[in-house]
Amino acid sequence: MTPLLAALPPVTVQHYLLLSGLLFAVGLVGVLFRRNIIIVLMCLELMLSAANLAFVAFSRVHGNLQGQVMVFFSIAVAAAEAAVALSIIIALYRARGGVDVEDAAEMKG
Amino acid sequence: MEGLGFYGFGALTLLGALLMVTSRNPLHGVLWLVVSFLGLSGLFGGLGAHFLAAIQILVYAGAILVLFLFVIMLLNLRPDDVERMPTFSLRGGVGGFLVGVVGFCAVVGSVVMGTGAFAKPVAGLPPLEAGAADVAIPLFSTALLPFEVVSLLLLAAIVGSVALTKRRLP
Repeated sequence: MTPLLAALPPVTVQHYLLLSGLLFAVGLVGVLFRRNIIIVLMCLELMLSAANLAFVAFSRVHGNLQGQVMVFFSIAVAAAEAAVALSIIIALYRARGGVDVEDAAEMKG
Repeated sequence: MEGLGFYGFGALTLLGALLMVTSRNPLHGVLWLVVSFLGLSGLFGGLGAHFLAAIQILVYAGAILVLFLFVIMLLNLRPDDVERMPTFSLRGGVGGFLVGVVGFCAVVGSVVMGTGAFAKPVAGLPPLEAGAADVAIPLFSTALLPFEVVSLLLLAAIVGSVALTKRRLP
């Protein structure tokens, strides 16, 4: 294990930012291409978490805690968002009998 | 040790995210998202954010994802809801391709042109340990007003979700 790790470049903040961008891209692909609205909501949570990772990485490189305080608020807002969105999904399921994004397409132009 | 933590937890996070996006059954998707968030918590710990690592497990992997599981089991989706495939539209494909190109250029540009502290190894930066007591100082001094506003937001979310899901009495 040690020779393998020695061959890899040392971990910089850019590595964390690259991983954050990859996670955001994975979440964005899910939001654009999945039709199950619960999976779309989970992909939104993933995109928020990717932004949180970037905040913590910046907090580490600047050596102050403001970025981590921001992540704390972001997690609290994500909890509120998840609760409201899931109750909208329950209301949608009662009204339409399904949880596909196409079950709510009346306002599509 | 730093490298082992980053590559191990990073691979776990990315793998969980990819399996979540591609899972047909939302129940499996939630479980893969739990794996992904556990990896993310490990990454937070590796960056010195110990308080956020604990919060990530308690609030995200614990509370929020259990709420997702609860709703999925409450709705009791039929197999045809689970098995329908995603569609591919030309407009969406072109838009996604453009977003991908812009993102790729941003990532490559930042890696090529990144200088200063961003290009230095994390292990060489001055140490930053953020336990609960360390995060509490900025949280209750400079960020006190947003903290109180967040409590109002959570109250509004509780009232809103009850109002949205309540059946009207006859």
